[in-house]
Amino acid sequence: MSKCPECDGEVTVGSDAVKGEIVSCPDCGAELEVTGTSPVALALAPKAEEDWGE
Amino acid sequence: MNNSPTVGVLLSRVRVEEKLLLQELASRGVATKVIDDRELVLPTESRPDLGVDVVLERCIQHGTALYALAVLDAWCVPTVNTYETAEVCGNKLLTTMRLVRDKVPTPATRVAFTPESALEAVEQIGYPAVMKPLIGSWGRLVSKVNDRESAEAIIEHKDVLGNYLHSIYYVQEYVKKPGRDIRAFVVGDETICAIYRYSQHWITNTARGGKAENCPVTPELAELCVKAAKAVGGGVVAIDVLERDGELLVNEVNYTMEFRNSIDTTGVNIPAKMVDYVLDVAKRAQN
Repeated sequence: MSKCPECDGEVTVGSDAVKGEIVSCPDCGAELEVTGTSPVALALAPKAEEDWGE
Repeated sequence: MNNSPTVGVLLSRVRVEEKLLLQELASRGVATKVIDDRELVLPTESRPDLGVDVVLERCIQHGTALYALAVLDAWCVPTVNTYETAEVCGNKLLTTMRLVRDKVPTPATRVAFTPESALEAVEQIGYPAVMKPLIGSWGRLVSKVNDRESAEAIIEHKDVLGNYLHSIYYVQEYVKKPGRDIRAFVVGDETICAIYRYSQHWITNTARGGKAENCPVTPELAELCVKAAKAVGGGVVAIDVLERDGELLVNEVNYTMEFRNSIDTTGVNIPAKMVDYVLDVAKRAQN
């Protein structure tokens, strides 16, 4: 169990998570990036910029 | 390179799509190297030594993808997709011009370069018209222009608030859709599957809440989409298709396609098809 850097809520990160994966905080809905897996570290994911997309 | 190529996956973040692709590569035992585009430093004067035989580009930022592919392409590093495809698909005007060149049906479009001529372009197209930024995705900043006053307001906003690219005015006819559009997935020479995207809103992107349903790939749809894919440079692309009174029009082509909503919907293992193609590109480069 990890802490959301936005709201301090508890975030469960799967054991198969990889660095760079995006997860959502179940409490505040913030998009979080897995910046480390051992131990799990979370950071706020960057916000979409103008040329983001497909 | 030996017979088992190493695949580099160039990415910004591991979304559902990237995770599925990495899982697919792992399940086949393919040597894979994740390349984080935020940490990437590419030399220009020598061939980038990434330690991979092919690069699968999955950047979230068009600019990053485009310029990374430009360097890799210049040094003949095999990539999926190619720089050409990224350059064309990442720009709606370049896409339109390729579709027109190859006689792929697409909505009528005007381009203009000043606020005054943009208004003239809208009037030529007629109301409602659609104004789109040249670069961008997920339906962002796409405007439906219902009358002259709306046109004047939108053009002024683009002129004053946007960067220079927003002063290249791309105006398209509005196609009244039957509450849905089609997204078709092309891998190489095959239209592998398609979905309908339903929405009450005129913008039907699933990124904007559109609902997905399987769309049968008819011979007509398959042929049109492969033709559109080839027009923009080919590879692995998603084609947005509009229906108008039985006619199919290609609206846009996406080169770093999202497909999370389309695997269960279509029953097609899209990441597997993509990995097949990537490995094929690596093999062709080897020979």
